[in-house]
Amino acid sequence: MSMDLLDPRERRKAGGALQGLGVVDCDIHPQFATPGEIHDFLPERWRDYVRAYGGFYRQPLADTLAHPRMAPDVARGDAWPPNGAPPGGDLAFMQAQHLDANNVDHGMLMPLNRGPGNQRNLEYGAALATAVNDWQIACWVERDPRLHASIVCTQEHAPFAIAEIERCANDPRFSQIMLPPKSLEPLGRRKYWPIYEAAQAHDLPIALHVGGVNGYSPTGSGWPSYYIEEQHTNVQGMQGLITSMVIEGVFEQFPKLKVVLVEGGVAWAPALKWRLDKHWKRLKSEAPHLKRLPSEYIRDHFWFTTQPLDEPPDDADLLETFELVGLDRIMFSTDYPHWDFDEPSFVAAKLRIGPEKLRAIMSGNARELYGLS
Amino acid sequence: MQDQAAHSMAAQRPASGLFGGRAVDCDVHISVPSVKALLPYLDSYWRQQFLTRGIDRISWNMTSDPPNAPLMIRPDRRPANGRPGSDFSILKDKHLDLFGPSAAIANCIYGGMALHSEDMAAVVCTAVNDWIAAEWLDRDPRLRASIVVPLNNPDLAAEEIERRAGDPRFVQVLMLAMGEQPLGKRAHWPIYAAASRHGLPIGVHAGSLYHHPALAGGYGSYFLEDYVAQAFGFESCVLSLVSEGVFAKFPELKFVFMESGVTWLPAALWRFDKTWRGVRAEIPWVKTPPSQVVRDHIRLTLQPFDAPDGAGRLERFCEQMKTDEMILFSTDFPHWHFDGEDALPIDAASPLARKILWDNPRATYPRLNALSPEVAA
Repeated sequence: MSMDLLDPRERRKAGGALQGLGVVDCDIHPQFATPGEIHDFLPERWRDYVRAYGGFYRQPLADTLAHPRMAPDVARGDAWPPNGAPPGGDLAFMQAQHLDANNVDHGMLMPLNRGPGNQRNLEYGAALATAVNDWQIACWVERDPRLHASIVCTQEHAPFAIAEIERCANDPRFSQIMLPPKSLEPLGRRKYWPIYEAAQAHDLPIALHVGGVNGYSPTGSGWPSYYIEEQHTNVQGMQGLITSMVIEGVFEQFPKLKVVLVEGGVAWAPALKWRLDKHWKRLKSEAPHLKRLPSEYIRDHFWFTTQPLDEPPDDADLLETFELVGLDRIMFSTDYPHWDFDEPSFVAAKLRIGPEKLRAIMSGNARELYGLS
Repeated sequence: MQDQAAHSMAAQRPASGLFGGRAVDCDVHISVPSVKALLPYLDSYWRQQFLTRGIDRISWNMTSDPPNAPLMIRPDRRPANGRPGSDFSILKDKHLDLFGPSAAIANCIYGGMALHSEDMAAVVCTAVNDWIAAEWLDRDPRLRASIVVPLNNPDLAAEEIERRAGDPRFVQVLMLAMGEQPLGKRAHWPIYAAASRHGLPIGVHAGSLYHHPALAGGYGSYFLEDYVAQAFGFESCVLSLVSEGVFAKFPELKFVFMESGVTWLPAALWRFDKTWRGVRAEIPWVKTPPSQVVRDHIRLTLQPFDAPDGAGRLERFCEQMKTDEMILFSTDFPHWHFDGEDALPIDAASPLARKILWDNPRATYPRLNALSPEVAA
């Protein structure tokens, strides 16, 4: 949306700064070409289950969230492939519209499809996770090696999650483990530590893409009315994730764990660091397992993706917040094919930094984190 | 009641203390020492209920306000006996006389407002307000108070506002950041209608009824997590109050966020403005960017100021918000956010300090307009 507000001359100039640079897009959403496509990857028992019972989540509507979005499929109006597949459901169209057009060297797949980790039936969740992982490989990565899969799993039952991680972890086509921020307990709690142990052992980052369904309201005071509010709760959700993972001591236990926050924004992070540090100093008797300032764990263990790019009225404020977070911890993302997609030239124009730092954010930081060429 | 106000003004002490009367402390805490202390303020039915059920012997401490956590009680403000904030002489001698505000707004964050029985909660709130008037406001002319209301029943809350509105020492209505429903929801509007009628701001204080976990991912292990998450709760308040159109309906109404933290707000509004540009068709009654609505209608108390010392973040906040009128001085007595007299993160003689200490509180609270250190002197 913000594209219209940007001076075209600024965008041309920024486009120039990106000349010849293959970007890494840390947030691409693949979609099933047809609703039944995933069924080919499910055992018959679970195909029957889905037909009979459908989605079974901790929410009132069986097939969709109760905050209707502002665009069909939350998608860009021009992202509907001509072959009738939904946005993100046709690789050839995605290649033409995004991967080729925006010079994407590497794209990290963020499959949100049907939320295996939020299924109430844990055995179905595990079967669905396996299916989604196999589907990413067969339908996407095998057909376009620029794309990289994320291991989805059932975080609410660690043995199932570990089994799936172990099944996929040695396949280099998977680059990370993906968990829903809306889990049944805050993600710092000990029930999730076996997953972090496996992630650390395999040197796989944990990617937390906004969303999920856990039955709790997304605010501390209940359910908001509007999409504009619900969308913003992704920010409080990310703040809560950091708070939980840091204060519960995850990074004392797993000092090499890396966490990528996807689509939650960045600009809020400096103030959160200040708040955590200030109040931890006073309340550290409650959490003596923390040996360093909360902000130091954040600096070392968290990576942030750019989309939707924070837009202060003064562009200099954006750069200031990025610098307070650490320019080596910010990674470009588009959220293709969703409505609030950020084009590379838009991000480059807003950032107003030298070419070296720009290349790190658009490409280099992600290459280093994920070990990409 | 008007006589009472005149009496209060005339009886103001000579300007003295650190700020020489030219300050309003917009968040100090007073504490009901025990349920027993409320018995004189209950009618015979409720007094009997409390006694026969043993309610007078239980504690209504709030989970979001553990009275003995280090953050909640500065060591040199701790009474020899009883709950922090329950001793008038400590507030007077060690705080009001030290800082020398012309007025200090007392907030009683009390578990009675969290009771699930709407009737009992309303009765307790009425008793607490009577107790505040008799045990605190009558003892020091500098003290003002927030009206404690039953949050689970907005109609009864509005009745309580009507009951207090004639006493000018009650200067705002007290709500919590995290209750049953987001603050902008129409269920709350009877409270806002009553407050608007009487020119009372809504003071939203950190705190939770725990109808929902403070973290969207559920309940964490540590109080520290929940305390940090109060700011997330306030961020949701901003989204809700603006999006629901509270200020389109009540254009004169102001909200004061207390103990909310401060530095999180600019980035929240960058995001809110951006999203609004994209999806404003969903809330067509919001006709200006949300940041403008917030500038016009929302204020924040200073402490705990959540940024490193000497980092210039208070000045940056004003630059980023494009106004120096949003921050109201507070100490958050007896909480422990600063030591000694170090309540201001900026030079007390600076123009910004004058706005925060003096101009902004009076502009926010109609009932404090008439305050004057010259009158006091």
